[in-house]
Amino acid sequence: MSDSPVMTQGALEAAEHAHPPYQRHHFETVDQQADATNFAMWVFLLTEVMFFGGLFTAYLILRNWYYPAFVAASHQLSIFWGTTNTGVLITSSFTMAMGVWCAETRRKSGLVLALVATFVLGLVFLGIKGIEYHEKWEKHHVPGFHYSLQSFINPSSDPVAQEYGDKALPMDMARKTELYFFLYFAMTGMHALHMIIGIAILAFMIVRARAGAYTSGHVTFVENFGLYWHFVDIIWIFLFPLLYLISRHQ
Amino acid sequence: MSSATIVNLPDQSTARIPKMNYLSKENGLLSWLLTGDHKRIAILYLISISFFFFIGGALAGLIRLELLTPQSDLLATDTYNKVFSMHGIIMIFFFLVPSVPATLGNFLIPLMIGAKDLALPKINLLSWYLYVGAGILAIYAMITGGVDTGWTFTTPLSTHYVNTNVITTGIAIFIAGFSSIFTGLNFIVTIHKMRCPGMTWFRMPLFVWGHYATSILMVLGTPVLAIALVLVILERTVGIGVFDPAKGGDPLLFQHLFWFYSHPAVYIMILPGMAVISEVISTFSRKRVFGYTAVAFSSVAIAVFGFFVWAHHMFIMGISNYSVLIFSLLTMLVAVPSAIKIFNWAFTLYKGSITFETPMLYAFGFMGLFTIGGMTGIFLGTSGTDIHLTETYFIVAHFHFVMVGGMLMAFLAGLHFWWPKMTGRMYPEKISQLAALVTFIGFNLTFFPQFILGTLGMPRRYASYPPEFQVLNVFSTAGATILGVGYLLPVLYLTWSLKYGEIAGDNPWQATGLEWQMQSPPLTENFREIPIMDHEAYDYEWLERQKEKEVASVG
Repeated sequence: MSDSPVMTQGALEAAEHAHPPYQRHHFETVDQQADATNFAMWVFLLTEVMFFGGLFTAYLILRNWYYPAFVAASHQLSIFWGTTNTGVLITSSFTMAMGVWCAETRRKSGLVLALVATFVLGLVFLGIKGIEYHEKWEKHHVPGFHYSLQSFINPSSDPVAQEYGDKALPMDMARKTELYFFLYFAMTGMHALHMIIGIAILAFMIVRARAGAYTSGHVTFVENFGLYWHFVDIIWIFLFPLLYLISRHQ
Repeated sequence: MSSATIVNLPDQSTARIPKMNYLSKENGLLSWLLTGDHKRIAILYLISISFFFFIGGALAGLIRLELLTPQSDLLATDTYNKVFSMHGIIMIFFFLVPSVPATLGNFLIPLMIGAKDLALPKINLLSWYLYVGAGILAIYAMITGGVDTGWTFTTPLSTHYVNTNVITTGIAIFIAGFSSIFTGLNFIVTIHKMRCPGMTWFRMPLFVWGHYATSILMVLGTPVLAIALVLVILERTVGIGVFDPAKGGDPLLFQHLFWFYSHPAVYIMILPGMAVISEVISTFSRKRVFGYTAVAFSSVAIAVFGFFVWAHHMFIMGISNYSVLIFSLLTMLVAVPSAIKIFNWAFTLYKGSITFETPMLYAFGFMGLFTIGGMTGIFLGTSGTDIHLTETYFIVAHFHFVMVGGMLMAFLAGLHFWWPKMTGRMYPEKISQLAALVTFIGFNLTFFPQFILGTLGMPRRYASYPPEFQVLNVFSTAGATILGVGYLLPVLYLTWSLKYGEIAGDNPWQATGLEWQMQSPPLTENFREIPIMDHEAYDYEWLERQKEKEVASVG
């Protein structure tokens, strides 16, 4: 750009300026790099919100239409496991936040510990989710394959339905419970898929953190992953009341 | 054509392409396939979208040939359904959506705002790989039986009544969607965080504003299409029932989710075109774009309003009368920012020193055809006339006036305009002016008769039609042939120009953007030192002063 008419910043100054190895060539400063990648993560999470938004919309519309069916079906979810899982997930968000703090303050062993704890808690969450899915399978509440309407047209045959004092639903309304379970599996399944991706990245990060990758001042990756993890957590914070709690007193 | 020209080329006997540039820096296939350079990725995109454009174009040719006669004789009716479906899918998801943003936008945004690259070069490359993967999957779906739902995947047709490659095509579009999300995300971050010192929001070229608005649509709209397609795929595989009335679901819900993306998607397709036109109009009339701020905000307004008009695609599908009323009103509103742009471009031309190089010819084509396309959109947004006109050739003509007459003209305008910057060489002027003219004539002959066909009541998406419609259909097919020639010509002479074109020099158009103040083709790192922006966009007096300074310092 020798004949450039645009004014340029002091070239000498730029040449003398030493860059840390993790600064990509096209960024002027480390701050700019961290700022940009951070912002990019937020924008990506925005697309995730829109992605889940489609499912939430479908759920809310259908819940309004088939209210009795969605109430009765919601009673079949286990509040105990759901609450436990919520606790597990919030704790994992805490350990993740601790991880970010450790990376920022350059505590290598603390970071590894925090990441391992997050990793384990993530697996615990999936394990509990597995127990819940298994319960549904045993009660023939997995839609599509061998779905049974027994709990809804004949509540006296089902202890959970009895406990809530559910009335028998007419046949056409009872059939809409399958829709609830479809949405339950689609939404929690999509959430679990995000968890699995997160856990895979965590495994990668644990290996890298042990080699000291994130404790030398370059914490962007840990920070951004933290954002992702908290986001997945927040999705659950919305799923839990909408699927489990909302019909508790109906 | 007028003999006046602003083209200012260096002395051809001494001029050379700079030895160091982004094309010559590294050689070999791997240096391209693993590149992080936004300019090289733009070239990769340019080659791939041209490939898909010609596949989509060939399918369009088949459609027009079939419609030459009233009977369905060239193609069987179900083959015809597949041909028009694949034409729509390829043209929309694999050509129009990435056309300007992924090629010109990718190439130019960092240059225009004074950055060395997009913020996330690896994500940029990933987006190209996703695009190519999705494209291969779509072509695989096409050659192993195709898909015949139309590009709209309307339920319950796509979930219950057809047994073609809906799942494969759906996955292909899902992946292509992520490619587009990553492009949009990269642009937003780059425009926010990578502007050079002095490059305030209101000093950015309008090209960048247009792409910013496009990126918002890409980032917020595309995930909704993704989830809609996931639900269609789940319906076909496990029968999830959300769109199935037999299970209590609602097919209209699919329409809402689909159009929540696909209406903004038409703005994803047109806004980058408008972005190109602002640059071209200003350069070839030697004036600052009239009402810069209004044009900049109209892009954002289109992006915002664009999200609230989707149900105008559903007027005849049984939504409530109040919805029809409100969405009809909002549809009228979204026409306002588009009109602001057209009027401001017209005022930019007023008393400008206009010259008629190829990009300007295409830009004029855009202004005329887009205006007709937009105005006929008002017919369709009015609920009463929509009931008669929707699902006829009127809507086909309307859409093609906006997308082909608008966007494709703008794409070609931009491609010619920045060709010297991308390759360092000029395209041959005379033949390209001819191509622009041929395209314009061919286009009007193809699509104008379709407005008449639509008002006469010829429905779209049928392989056969009553014989009284034949004359107009013959016109349309003849026009399509001319249009085909118009599109083939640039491929030939642009390829020719890569080796034999005149050396363009830094700034053949005497344009003001930062991208014109550097060598052509640019260096890999764009700027040796980050520039400081010390003037407004489109400041031609600044350019004159710079030239005087240069003369003085050389003298």
